Amino acid sequence: MDERKTTIRAYLTRFFPGCELRDGDDLFALGFVTSMFAIQLVTFVESAFAIEIENEDLELDNFRSVAAIARLVERKVGGRR
Amino acid sequence: MAHTKVGVVGAGIIGVSVAHALAQTDHDVVLVDISDDILERARRELKNSIRSLRLLQGAAAGDPAELLPRVHLTTDLGLLAGVDFVVENIPERWSLKKPLYERLDAICPPPVVFAANTSAIPITRIASATRRAPRVIGMHFMNPVPMKPLVEVIRGHHTSDETLEAARALLARMKKQCIVVADSPGFVSNRVLMLTINEAVFLVHERVCPAADIDQLFKSCFGHKMGPLETADLIGLDTILLSLEVLQESFSDSKYRPCPLLRQMVDAGLHGKKTGAGFYSYP
Repeated sequence: MDERKTTIRAYLTRFFPGCELRDGDDLFALGFVTSMFAIQLVTFVESAFAIEIENEDLELDNFRSVAAIARLVERKVGGRR
Repeated sequence: MAHTKVGVVGAGIIGVSVAHALAQTDHDVVLVDISDDILERARRELKNSIRSLRLLQGAAAGDPAELLPRVHLTTDLGLLAGVDFVVENIPERWSLKKPLYERLDAICPPPVVFAANTSAIPITRIASATRRAPRVIGMHFMNPVPMKPLVEVIRGHHTSDETLEAARALLARMKKQCIVVADSPGFVSNRVLMLTINEAVFLVHERVCPAADIDQLFKSCFGHKMGPLETADLIGLDTILLSLEVLQESFSDSKYRPCPLLRQMVDAGLHGKKTGAGFYSYP
C-alpha cells in the first residue's frame, strides 16, 4: 500500500511542482482539474498498476487524493485475486 | 432533427474530440481516417476522452457504454454518402485537403454541408475544390471539444445564409454558441494564438525563460487556464508548425516564420502530449 502511494505521489508531483502532497490532500481543490489531467490520471493508474478502471469507478472521490487512488487500486487488485 | 448523422473526417486529436462531443449530444457519427492503426488509436483516445469527462462531470457527461457505440470508425470514405453534415479535420496541408474535398464532393449528396475544422487554410480556398462552394463553411472547434462552449465559425466568400443556419443549428444541438468571423488565413483565434506560441518558443530557444515559467506568467498574471506552451503541447507541435507555415505563405509575411526550435522539436518527434513529450513530458 505504501509503495503504491509512493508511486502515485511521484507521478502527481509533476503536476503540482513545489507542492508537498500529503495522502489526504484534495487534488481537485488544489486547482488543477483539466480534462487533460483527468485522462492522464486514469491512464496512469491503469498502466502503473495493470488494472482496468471500469465506468462505475469513474467517480471523483476515487481520484481525489493519493490515499483515495491507493484505496481504489487496492480494491481493484484485491478483486482480481 | 434528432439523431442527425454526422461524418467526421480525420481521427486525430481534434477529430476524436469532435466525435465525442457529437456522440454526447445524441448524434450518430461516422469517423473516417486512412488506416486501421490510426483508427485503433482513435478508438482508445475516444474511450479515454469519454471516461475523463465522465470522471469530471459525472452523469451529465453521459454513459460511456452508450456513447462509444454511437461512433462508427471506418477507413471507408464512401460511408459518408449517408451523412447529413461533414466536419473535416485532416492535417493542415493543401496537398491533402484538395483531393479529399474533391472526393467528398463526389461522395456526398449535394445538400450536405462541409464544415472545415481547419485552423489556418482559408475557407474560400477549400470551397474552390468543390462544386458546392455555398455549402462550405469553417467551424473551428477548440480542444477538448466537449468542454468548450464556443466555436469560431468562418464564413467563406460564397458561404450561403442557409449553410450558416445549418452550422448554427448543429452547434445549438451540440449546446454550443458561435462567433462568426470573415474568411482570412488563421481567422481570429489562430492568427493571434500561433504568433503567441511561436514567440513563446523563441523565448525558450533564446534561453530567456524556461517553458514552465513562461506558462506560469500567462496563468497567474493574465488569468489564462493554460500557458502558450502547454497549449502548444495539447494542440500538437506538428500542427502548430503547419499552421505557422500556412500563415507565412498566405500572408507572405515573415513575422509568421516558425522558430527553429519548433522545427527541430517536430523533426525529433517531440509533438507534445500525443507523442508523450513536447515542452513537457507526458507519461
